[in-house]
Amino acid sequence: MRLSECAPGQGGRIAKVEGDDAIGQRLMEMGLIEGVDVKVVRIAPLGDPIEIEVQHYKLSLRKSEAQRVELAP
Amino acid sequence: MSVAPSQAAATGARVKRVAIIGNPNTGKTTLFNALTGLSARVGNYPGVTVEKKTGALAPGIELIDLPGTYSLAAHSPDEMVAVNVLHGDQDGEPRPDAIVVIADAGNLQRNLYLLTQVMEIGLPIVVALNMVDAAKQAGVTVDAKLLSAALGLPVVPTVASKGVGMNELREAVRSALNDAAPTKPLWAWPPSIKKEIDALTSACGIDAFLAGRALIDEGGSAEAALAARKGENARKALHEARARLKAGGAPPAKLEIQMRYAWIGRTLAPCIDRQPAGPSLTDKLDRALTHRVLGSFIFVLLMTGVFVTIFVAARPLMDWIQAGFDWLGGELSAAFAGGSLEGGMLESLLVKGVIAGVSGVLVFLPQIAFLFLFIALLEDCGYMARAAFLMDRVLRFCGLSGHTFIPLMSSFACAVPGIMATRTISNQRDRFTTILIAPLMSCSARIPVYGLLCYAFVPHEPLYGLLPALVFAAMYFVGIAVAIPVALILKRTLLKGPTPPFVMELPPYKMPTPRVVWQRVWEASKAFTVRAGTAIFAISIVVWALLYFPRPHEIGVEYDAKRAAVRVEYPAEELRSEDQKKDLQDKLDELDKQETGAYLRASYMGRMGHFIEPAVRPLGWDWRIGIGALASFPAREVIVSTLRIIYDLGEESGGDEEGSRKELAERLQASTWPDGRKVYNLPVALSIMVFFALCAQCASTLVTIKKETGAWKWSAFTFFYMTGLAYVASFATYQIGMLLMG
Repeated sequence: MRLSECAPGQGGRIAKVEGDDAIGQRLMEMGLIEGVDVKVVRIAPLGDPIEIEVQHYKLSLRKSEAQRVELAP
Repeated sequence: MSVAPSQAAATGARVKRVAIIGNPNTGKTTLFNALTGLSARVGNYPGVTVEKKTGALAPGIELIDLPGTYSLAAHSPDEMVAVNVLHGDQDGEPRPDAIVVIADAGNLQRNLYLLTQVMEIGLPIVVALNMVDAAKQAGVTVDAKLLSAALGLPVVPTVASKGVGMNELREAVRSALNDAAPTKPLWAWPPSIKKEIDALTSACGIDAFLAGRALIDEGGSAEAALAARKGENARKALHEARARLKAGGAPPAKLEIQMRYAWIGRTLAPCIDRQPAGPSLTDKLDRALTHRVLGSFIFVLLMTGVFVTIFVAARPLMDWIQAGFDWLGGELSAAFAGGSLEGGMLESLLVKGVIAGVSGVLVFLPQIAFLFLFIALLEDCGYMARAAFLMDRVLRFCGLSGHTFIPLMSSFACAVPGIMATRTISNQRDRFTTILIAPLMSCSARIPVYGLLCYAFVPHEPLYGLLPALVFAAMYFVGIAVAIPVALILKRTLLKGPTPPFVMELPPYKMPTPRVVWQRVWEASKAFTVRAGTAIFAISIVVWALLYFPRPHEIGVEYDAKRAAVRVEYPAEELRSEDQKKDLQDKLDELDKQETGAYLRASYMGRMGHFIEPAVRPLGWDWRIGIGALASFPAREVIVSTLRIIYDLGEESGGDEEGSRKELAERLQASTWPDGRKVYNLPVALSIMVFFALCAQCASTLVTIKKETGAWKWSAFTFFYMTGLAYVASFATYQIGMLLMG
């Protein structure tokens, strides 16, 4: 399951973050790394972006970016 | 308390430099203000539009505020400046002697990420553990002593907004400057990466820090800097090194980040105590403020409130400023009256050049101050990030992001503060696109033009008299409808590049700090008045000269003769009745207005109006509208007073606004071509309105674009693309309108 597919309240442990480009790097720098727990808090009124909780803080990102984050089954 | 370098040089002591760096939303600006007090100065780093803030931490110690950043892996100009200053690569900026890293105590994991990078630069570091009070409320307690021991760095708990810990922090900086050893990293790179960094270091002749950053940050600023300094061979070596690492299953960026977070996790665990806390105030607020229905409703309400305030509440202040200058102009004219210089060039230069120029600048101040008051409040309390969160999907239609919403919305009041507000957009290409389309939003200066023409030429009968209002609203829509394709084209051509990530922290809400808010308003107002003001002033003088000269002698002679001829018709002054006096005065006033009109028509600008008539004929315009449009290039609201002069109504009306609009509307309706046809009809009026909706008739905007982008070429680009679009669109409007009218 990918982070972009989660409903509000859903989440899990990160298995993998795809991409060695600048966006992948930024996602990881913000704390989205393997083995860390993440949860979707809410989805913006127009369906995108989403708000997540990671490393004890709140982060917003687009679904296209959240799609790079794969959760452990 | 001054730390001006010249003074320090005179006393023989070198000014010590301390840089302060930290993540966004850590209260860095508040901390900087608390440490430097009134000594803060704002400037720009040369060549980039990144703000440079310095102040005195203590006598002989200068504090440099670096742009907020999450990482030293620089991808934006802001982040690059931060890295360059710390590394001593920024032109004219000696390497700092020590670094203060500010970290949010409530969000330490992520905040320490930057610290671990800064530790590799090799300078003494002091950690300011900020917002310990808010962290405690959220159930997070950090043991500063344990943390200090674990990091091997001085750690000072602070609450910058209340001034708590400032003396301790100053003291810690002083001792770090005096005797702290340079910080060393606490871990080793994996051998595979270490090997490549060492190879690059010796092959390219750079230090390990820069080699590491260039190797890790694919497409980042360090790579670009390396290629610029050491040539394409260095870039090639870099690419090969990266390819080797990836082939070996060790993508360097991923390894770096995992290594740092692993170290942070181990180091932090014994120092931090996290009690489960119920839903925080932020959670509760966000449930309403980002709610699907309620949140959108509050957002619309809030933005309407902001917009109406900028639009309406600034009005009396603007009128007041305008009235003040009008009064000053009147007093000046009165001082000239009766003297040998009455009605002369000096009077005109002072009243219509200097005073009109200065007032043309200062009249924008209330809107700028109000807008920045709201921006500072919304940003400092944390709502701005939510606004971007809510609006991102909408703005993606134009290839932009949620960050561009506030600047674009502000531009409906005035493009100048709107463009200045783009500083909150971190991606350079998004920021430039926003700057270039901001003037297409119909600003308040277009209102008099739309108002006059809708009143005079849009039929009032159909649709229960709503048609003029609908046409008025349609002009706002024209600007937006054009801005969308322009933004899309810009993002695909001139400002092409990879889509920037929309990865944005949603910080906890907090009370805005009055100091920070006030400083924001003050700096924006000052920057506009001083930097933009001088250029706008100069342009106003040039346009005054074009409208004033050459002032043919014959016109004066002709009107003197006419005045004399009128006077002869009346008895000598002491014998005139009250009625005769009034009658004569009216006739003389009428002649004065005609004379002003004659001078204008004979001026360089007037001649240009005649000259360009063939060019504006296809738009349905005569030379008079041509002059009006030309004279309005410095400021579009000038069109109304220019039309008044052209139609011999004199510059100012004595009566009320409604009366003066009616008076001018009647003149326009009566205006004819030489063959007797009416000049104005509905297509002509629409063509003029469309032109004013799309044309770049605002010197202040163009000057502000130069200031914010750092290059005149963007001002020139805006001017030409908007004027070209305006011409084509009003041509189409007129021609299609005439076809439909048969």
